[in-house]
Amino acid sequence: MALLELHNIGKSYGAVQALSNVSFSIEPGEIVGLMGDNGAGKSTLVKIVAGVFPPSEGTMRFAGSDVRFQAPVNARSAGIEVVHQDLALADNLSAAANIFLGRELHRQIGPVRLLDHAAMERRAVELFRELKSETRAGELVRRMSGGQRQAVAIARTRLANAKLIMMDEPTAAISVRQIAEVLALIGRLREAGIAVLLISHRMPDVFEVCDRVVVMRRGRVVANKNIAHSSPQEVTGLITGAVEAA
Amino acid sequence: MSDFTNVRPVVWHSRGILASQTGYVALALVLLSLAMSIISPEFLTIGNLSNVLTNFSYLGIAALGATVVIITGGIDLSVGSAMALSAIITALLFHGLGATSLAAIPGAVMTLSVLGGMGVGGLIGLVNGFFIAQVGLAPFVTTLGMLSIIRGLCYAITSGQGVDINGADSQLFFRLSDGVLFGLPVPLFYLVGLGLLMGMLLHHTARGRYVFAIGGNERAAALTGVPVTQIKIGVYVVSGMSAAVAGILLGGWLGSVPANLAEGYELHIIAASVIGGANLLGGVGGPLGAIVGSALIEVIRNGLVLARVNTYWQDSFVGAIIIAAVCVDRLRSRAGR
Repeated sequence: MALLELHNIGKSYGAVQALSNVSFSIEPGEIVGLMGDNGAGKSTLVKIVAGVFPPSEGTMRFAGSDVRFQAPVNARSAGIEVVHQDLALADNLSAAANIFLGRELHRQIGPVRLLDHAAMERRAVELFRELKSETRAGELVRRMSGGQRQAVAIARTRLANAKLIMMDEPTAAISVRQIAEVLALIGRLREAGIAVLLISHRMPDVFEVCDRVVVMRRGRVVANKNIAHSSPQEVTGLITGAVEAA
Repeated sequence: MSDFTNVRPVVWHSRGILASQTGYVALALVLLSLAMSIISPEFLTIGNLSNVLTNFSYLGIAALGATVVIITGGIDLSVGSAMALSAIITALLFHGLGATSLAAIPGAVMTLSVLGGMGVGGLIGLVNGFFIAQVGLAPFVTTLGMLSIIRGLCYAITSGQGVDINGADSQLFFRLSDGVLFGLPVPLFYLVGLGLLMGMLLHHTARGRYVFAIGGNERAAALTGVPVTQIKIGVYVVSGMSAAVAGILLGGWLGSVPANLAEGYELHIIAASVIGGANLLGGVGGPLGAIVGSALIEVIRNGLVLARVNTYWQDSFVGAIIIAAVCVDRLRSRAGR
């Protein structure tokens, strides 16, 4: 049974039709690359799935039930998490603090409920070990490399037990050496049975880690195929319009 | 557990509090106090130390609240005016409630008057917070406007004069606000108590962490579900109420509240916070910093007085210390890179 099913999703803003007839599905544990040029509608689609706003047309099914999210918190409780392009981390807090932001662990001391720093640090260390990442839970995010920051952002979605993680350009602003680290992190999510929707404009990364690629152009899906049945040249053509559909 | 083989433990003097601006300022404070006790025989006298501790307590209490606002990346310029209006309302309540039957219950008039004054501080904070967090106005502009509005109210209510504190419970009030306990001035105990409370709230509660998160990356905080508007309004209420406590205690020391109480004080309060390590860009700061910063300012002012320096130079010195403190912090962080 598919984890996420989109049927004829459409979104219009006045005169602009941002999305039309977008339909595809994602299976659990599948890594799907979402590619397309600027203005193709990728961000709009992600926002709809993440619950930022509902679609103008079409339906969505997640984990077997019809869903229509009114706010991001609804999508999060259903098990959909987003890792934003700028990672949405507070530089002045530690990795553990960022992971637990909004979901802190407490301990009861008499009549007061205080933060349980030790428990949060322990759980953070566990999450990093699962992700096989060399990130220290107590270190300030400000001092971390791009790959480590990405690990913190991903660990936060692991904490929420997300079933679908949407990642917006995760390899865009980091060094070449760290890209391998991030792609490995994504691979580890697949091992855990989590589905990933990867928005990326970097062809080598998509072809390395994704199982399937969905290409959008001007608000429509122009291709939805197994990565093994496509090629970087074909995808480039689909993005620019040189290849009409595939 | 993976081992970071290329990382040694950080040396003790480059880690934690000792490597922060607060640590440097605390060191400067200790050295300065030592220097002054050698240079001036009057510094270590009971009378002088008592004055220093008392004055620094008022500044410190107000700076505690101001620091919390600064950690979120905001600023509260209305604290001086809030101190005055809260004290004035407290004094007026002493008069008003003292004339009712409540005067017969010992402590009732005082408790209600003080609570009323603190309520005024909280209300000022609520108004600030509403315009800043809900409407979305800039903190500087909003609190600057409130500074004038509230100060104007102070003059209007008192017709430019002061309000005496007398009548029912006034002696009790003076003992609790201007007395001596174990040889130390009472305000110092309020300062330490509030400082500990604030430290606990900031570092050991979720809400305290949200304050830092908002200062570090407000957008990220909002995305992760932190109640940003609520917390932002809350910090201005805290600032207003700390100012109220400081103002009420100051009124207790003076015995009466003039309309120009704490006029211009907001700059010293913010200076104390910034010198103590609170970063105006947000995300950094703490109660220890507020206390250490206030202590340094007060010790310097005391030093200038004992050295018979013209009082007009005090502001220049405080200003120079602000710049020096942030310069040292900049050099330190650059050296560590």
